[in-house]
Amino acid sequence: MSILIGRDTRLVVQGITGREGEFHSRAMLEYGTNVVAGMTPGKGGQMALDGAVPVFNTVEEAVAETGANTSCIFVPAAGAPDAVLEAVAAGIKTVFCITEGIPALDMVPVVEEVRLAGATLIGPNCPGATSPGRAKVGIIPGSIHAEGGVGVVSRSGTLTYEAVQAMTDAALGQSTCVGIGGDPVIGTQFVDVLRLFAEDQETEAIVLIGEIGGAAEEEAAAFAAEHLHGTPIAAFIAGRTAPEGKRMGHAGAIVSGGRGTAASKVEALEAAGIHVAGSPTELPQLLRDAGYRGR
Amino acid sequence: MKIHEADAKSLLVAQGLPVPPWEVALTPTQARAAAVRFLADPANATGKVVIKAQVLVGGRGKAGGVKLAASADEAEDVAAQILALEIKGLPVRRVLVGPAAEIVKEYYLSVLLDRATKRLMFIGSAEGGIEIEQVAAERPEAIVYEHADPLLGLPDYAARELAFKIGFGSHWKAGAAIAKGLLRTMLANDADLVEINPLAVIREHGAQGVPVERLVCLDAKITLDDSALTRHPGHEALRDLDAEDPTDIEARRYDLTFIKLDGDIGCMVNGAGLAMTTMDLVKRAGGEPANFLDIGGGAKADRVAAAMRLILDDPSVKAILVNIFGGITRGDEVAHGLIEARAQQERDVPMVVRIVGTNAEEAAQLLQAASFVTAASLDEAAAKAVAAAGQVTA
Repeated sequence: MSILIGRDTRLVVQGITGREGEFHSRAMLEYGTNVVAGMTPGKGGQMALDGAVPVFNTVEEAVAETGANTSCIFVPAAGAPDAVLEAVAAGIKTVFCITEGIPALDMVPVVEEVRLAGATLIGPNCPGATSPGRAKVGIIPGSIHAEGGVGVVSRSGTLTYEAVQAMTDAALGQSTCVGIGGDPVIGTQFVDVLRLFAEDQETEAIVLIGEIGGAAEEEAAAFAAEHLHGTPIAAFIAGRTAPEGKRMGHAGAIVSGGRGTAASKVEALEAAGIHVAGSPTELPQLLRDAGYRGR
Repeated sequence: MKIHEADAKSLLVAQGLPVPPWEVALTPTQARAAAVRFLADPANATGKVVIKAQVLVGGRGKAGGVKLAASADEAEDVAAQILALEIKGLPVRRVLVGPAAEIVKEYYLSVLLDRATKRLMFIGSAEGGIEIEQVAAERPEAIVYEHADPLLGLPDYAARELAFKIGFGSHWKAGAAIAKGLLRTMLANDADLVEINPLAVIREHGAQGVPVERLVCLDAKITLDDSALTRHPGHEALRDLDAEDPTDIEARRYDLTFIKLDGDIGCMVNGAGLAMTTMDLVKRAGGEPANFLDIGGGAKADRVAAAMRLILDDPSVKAILVNIFGGITRGDEVAHGLIEARAQQERDVPMVVRIVGTNAEEAAQLLQAASFVTAASLDEAAAKAVAAAGQVTA
C-alpha cells in the first residue's frame, strides 16, 4: 500500500500539450505511472507523447473513455482553479495541482467545492507525490527515490528532493513522498497526510518538512502527539533566519505579527516528542535515534 | 504588496464605503491648500485638520508622523515637519490631509485569509484604535471572529450577526453594511488583508449645525496579493518604490525572488524552501547570509547571470554560495551561466558551487574545467562559503 497514488492510479494530465505538461508527463510515463489520458481543450483526438497517450477535449470525456481516477494539472495560473473544478466535476477523486502563482482568493471557493465533492486536492504550487517503484505524479525527479517504509510530507519542492536524497543515500527508502505546496490556501494540509500515513500499513516512519508561515506545523505536532504514538518521526523547518514581514519565495512563507516563526514550530514539534534536524542531512540519523531501523 | 492609507481609502470609496474626505499633498503648499478647504468645511466639528505621513510602516504616530493643525499656517508648518521626516528608514514623500474627526467611539474591523480554515475571516472588536494584537493578548474575549462562506460570502443575516456581536449599538446597520463592503473590497482587489482601525463613530455638524453621528473608516490598511497584480493593471501604480530596495526592482525584472539581508555571504538557490534552508545552514556554519535568492525552476544561463549581478551589486558580499538541486533546472545550464557571469564580473569574490540532480555530472565537468570550488553536500558547501568569506576579511 501507499497513499494517494499507487499501481491502481490511472492518471489524466490536464495541460499535457504544454511545455511543462509534456516534459513531466513523459517523465511520469518513464517512471511507470499509468498515464491513461491527456486533456487540452481543442486538441481532442490527437495523441500525445509520441502516440502513447490519447488527448481529450474535456476531463469528463477522458474519464468516460479511459477510466482515469487521478488528475495532474499543469494549466497556467489563470486557468488552474477552473481545471480543478473540472476534474472534480468529472468525478476525479484525487487531484494534484502543480501550478504556481494562483491568486489565493481564487482557491477559497475551489477548495470548498473539492470538499463538498468528497475529493482530495493536493496543492496548488506543489511538486506532487511519488510512491517509489509504483508511480509518480508531478515533477519530483524519480531518480532520488528508493522503495521503503518512510513517509515524507513537505511544503517545499527542491528542499523535499534534498531530504529524500539524504534518506535514499542512508538506505532509508520511502513509502510515499508528498509535497503539499507552498501557497496560503492548499487543499491538503500536513494533518491530512499524517492521517493517511497513520492508516497506511507500509509507512513505518515519517519525515515532515515545514517552513515559516501559518500554523500547519503546530497542528501537525498536535496530531502526531495524539495519533502517532510509537511511529518514529523526524522533522526539519526551513526559515530560521528569515526576516519578519518578508515573503520568502512561497506565497505562504511569511512571518507576520510575530506569528508563523520557525522557533514556534520547532518548539511545538519538540513538545510533541518529534526531533527537529538542524540540516536535512541529519534526518536519517534522527529517525534511527527514534528507533527506526529501516527494512 | 503594501499600499498607502490614501490609496487604500480610494479602494474603499470605490466599493461605496463611508470614508471622511481627504487630500494627498506632496508639498507644504499643497497641504496648506487642502487645510484651507477642510477648515472651511461646515461639517468639521473640531475646527482642525489632521496631517498624516504616508509611509508603509506602522508606528507613524509615535514617530511624529501624525499631527493636528488649527490654521492654514500651522498646517503648512506641520506638513513641512512631517515631509522632512524619515520613519523607520523610509523618507516621507507625501502626507494625507483631512478634517480632524471628533471621535465618539473607536472600533476595529478587518477581513483576512484564514489559512487554517481556508476561508475569509472577519475580526471585529469594540476596542479599536489600539493594535488588535494587544487586545488579543490582554482581553481576548473582546474580539469577535466570523468566517465568510466560501461560496456565498457574507449574507445579510451574517453581516447583522457580526454587527450585533461586535456591539455597534444604534449604528448596527452601518456596521453590517461596512462588513459587507470590506469583503467586496477584498474580493474586487484580490487583497490579502483589509483592516480598518479605527472604524469610528464620529460627530460632525449637520444641517443648521445640528450634531450628527456616523460610522466611518478613519484609517485603512490594505495589502494586495502579489500573485493577482497582473489582472489589476491599476495596482502596479500603487507600488511605493521608496519602500523597496533597488535590487528588489531589478530582481522583479528578471523574475527572480530576491530579498536583501544584512550578512556577507551571497546565496543563489533554486526553490524557496531550499533557499531558506541554505541561509539557515550558512548561519549554522557561523556565517551570515547576505540575501535570499530563488532563481526558480528551469532557470537558464542568462537568468543565472542576472542573479549573479544582483548578488555582486551588494558591496558587503565577500563570498557566494550556489546551491542547485536539479529537477526541472538543468545543472549544466546553471554551470554555463556561472562561468559566463564570472567572466563578466568586475569584483573577484570567492564562489562555492554545489550542483546535484539533473545533469550534475556535466555540470561538475564544466565547473572543474573552469576551476570553481565545488562541494558535494549542502553542509560542506555552507562551511566552505563561510570559510571563504572569513579569509577575505582577514
